[in-house]
Amino acid sequence: MKQLMLGNEAIARGVYEAGAKVASAYPGTPSTEITEYIAEYDEIYSEWAPNEKVALEVAIGASVGGARATCAMKHVGLNVAADPLFTAAYTGVNGGLVIFVADDPGMHSSQNEQDTRLIARAAKVPVLEPSDSQECKDFTRKAFEISEQFDTPIIVRLTTRVAHSQGLVELGEREDIPLKPYAKDPGKYVMMPAMARKRHVVVEERLEKLTEYSNETPLNHIEWGDRKIGVITSGIAYQYAKEAFGNASFLKLGMVYPLPEKLIREFAAGVETIYVIEELEPFIEDHCLKMGIPVKGKALLPLIGEYNANLIRERILGQKAEKLNNIEEEVPVRPPVMCPGCPHRGLFYVLKKLKLTVTGDIGCYTLGTLAPLESMDTCVCMGASVGMAHGMEKAMGRDAARKTVAVIGDSTFIHSGITGLIGIVYNKGTSTVVILDNSITGMTGHQHNPTTGFTIKGEPTRQVDLVKLCQAVGVDRVRVCDPFDLETLEKVIKEEVAADEPSVVIAQRPCALLKHVKFNGALRIDREKCTRCKMCMRLGCPAIVDRGTHVEVNPALCVGCDLCTKVCRFNAFERVGGDHA
Amino acid sequence: MRSTSIMIVGVGGQGTLLTSRILGTVGISTGTDVKVSEVHGMSQRGGSVVTYVKMGDKVHSPIIEKGEADILLCFEELEALRWIDYAKKDASIIINTQRIDPMPVITGKAKYPENIVEKIKADYPNVVTVPALELAEACGSIKAVNVVMIGVLAKRTDIAEETWLDAIRKTVKPQFVDLNIEAFKKGYSL
Repeated sequence: MKQLMLGNEAIARGVYEAGAKVASAYPGTPSTEITEYIAEYDEIYSEWAPNEKVALEVAIGASVGGARATCAMKHVGLNVAADPLFTAAYTGVNGGLVIFVADDPGMHSSQNEQDTRLIARAAKVPVLEPSDSQECKDFTRKAFEISEQFDTPIIVRLTTRVAHSQGLVELGEREDIPLKPYAKDPGKYVMMPAMARKRHVVVEERLEKLTEYSNETPLNHIEWGDRKIGVITSGIAYQYAKEAFGNASFLKLGMVYPLPEKLIREFAAGVETIYVIEELEPFIEDHCLKMGIPVKGKALLPLIGEYNANLIRERILGQKAEKLNNIEEEVPVRPPVMCPGCPHRGLFYVLKKLKLTVTGDIGCYTLGTLAPLESMDTCVCMGASVGMAHGMEKAMGRDAARKTVAVIGDSTFIHSGITGLIGIVYNKGTSTVVILDNSITGMTGHQHNPTTGFTIKGEPTRQVDLVKLCQAVGVDRVRVCDPFDLETLEKVIKEEVAADEPSVVIAQRPCALLKHVKFNGALRIDREKCTRCKMCMRLGCPAIVDRGTHVEVNPALCVGCDLCTKVCRFNAFERVGGDHA
Repeated sequence: MRSTSIMIVGVGGQGTLLTSRILGTVGISTGTDVKVSEVHGMSQRGGSVVTYVKMGDKVHSPIIEKGEADILLCFEELEALRWIDYAKKDASIIINTQRIDPMPVITGKAKYPENIVEKIKADYPNVVTVPALELAEACGSIKAVNVVMIGVLAKRTDIAEETWLDAIRKTVKPQFVDLNIEAFKKGYSL
């Protein structure tokens, strides 16, 4: 019986069926659920690592130790893990090593749109690319085999639409894969220059063999149809192209690096016009052009964003979808917002009031950039807030540091904020770093991390003490504060940015969506008392709306966090049903 | 080839993910190919969210495109307007008459469009409005808005009521089954 599975869930199932034993990851949309689903299998050891570099190193260690091992990350996570990746390509593996990387064309939840295939090529690591949930599972099993057969780490590349679409999957049994014996082999596993020079030769020879394999494997295959149009495609783009072109001929690539040159030539010889349909970079297209095969791709289709069948029909076949209505209404955008009750709201309200420059970071709190809080100035990558605040101080002088704070979440701080903080202390900076400690990794959907005190399986573990950690690296001024205590928070921030030494403020309050967080129930506004000064609206709470004639609370959204009562000078907020409610 | 394309649009946090899970479960039991596509992450924080459910003999693309949806299930009026181009001319358009102001409206930078339902009705013959929030409240939880909406939708498909009830039993937590079945029936009776 087939089951409906998210692409990410099917990956986890594939990892299970392939007999893998170790999985380590750092959460990142759209890859997070892979590891969450793996954690449901007790046969596999799973964990959240502090960041993707550590996760990959754990997986490499497990592979060298003889187990089938895996780690999952989003595309930008691979940048963090690039260091171990590039050299793991040299060492090769013992047990199969599969790395799942989920790209995010269209940037649903990301800071850039990079294409993992380019990094894989630079690292000389093969890449498989599934196009639906069934292939997610099947390709995962195949990836472990290829990894072991060719003694190489391998990447399975997903995109958001594959990772987050559910499709039918036929389940199989778990293979019993015994631990391979470990044998000390410095020539293979110690990458000093003398050894690495020899291993680089192995890498190049391996790529040639993989190219041969790519020509032979059923992962890459031709679906002959009408020979007028030939389409070379892979991943989700295959599905869009199938809808757009119907009975054209297809060369469907499941292995996108190294590319099957012989097969591509065979296909090209059999069709009149060849289109390459691929989201993001012209990876397949460039390779075909280099081979001297005249394909069309990015001249017609965009480098940016997601594709769909209509787009392909319009750009290639000249068929534009008809508009079925006369509605020309301007529709206001609906950007994401901090949830009602979100602890971050208090902090950004204060930072805006103090008119500080805020170097920001990656997480729900990046939403502090948007109106009306509008307090964040920068967001580049995980941990960047800390280093950037320091860089701004060194460029603009100490006075600038008195008007600047770095803002970073608890999980992001552990991921790569600590090293930046050490840099500030060591290099005599005076920056203030605010750690938003909401007791969870929020944006990716509530994963535990080293500051929460629980493992991926929810088992209690040693909790990182942020205060002691910051003190240990040499920050003497560490203060803990409730971001909903606006008065104290304002005072603390003012004092810390003024201090002529590094400081850390830990704004501590749990995420409003955590189950154990209870509020007092919805509020409403007493119109007699409300003067419509709209101070409360500066909080950017989606539950407080201006109806033109009056300001009101949307009872379906309000949780009763009471932050608005702290900015209202007229005591106009009251609890629905009275305070006993 | 019989196929059905259902699009669910709403605001992050309204429970559209559970809706798609129930629809997916129904899809499997109809014995056809099914794909459900949703986006997780940042948009779930109060942003505009859209989920696609496609059933048919063979489903390739998991997304529904402009002019393709047989059913447009709208959890909020403005979102109905945003995605209306995706409906077929004769699509069943089901609109929860709930209004959630997006931040540009809250901050006064944009206006919430007036008479959304009337505008849609002018161009599409099959529009149903549902006071889902009130109906859900009457069942005991405003969180049941999504299942009320599924009830309304279910009535407009040729899939048996029992198939839907089964899917709800399989999908929601045991302690919420009764509440959700009541919510479903409220929607189904409309």
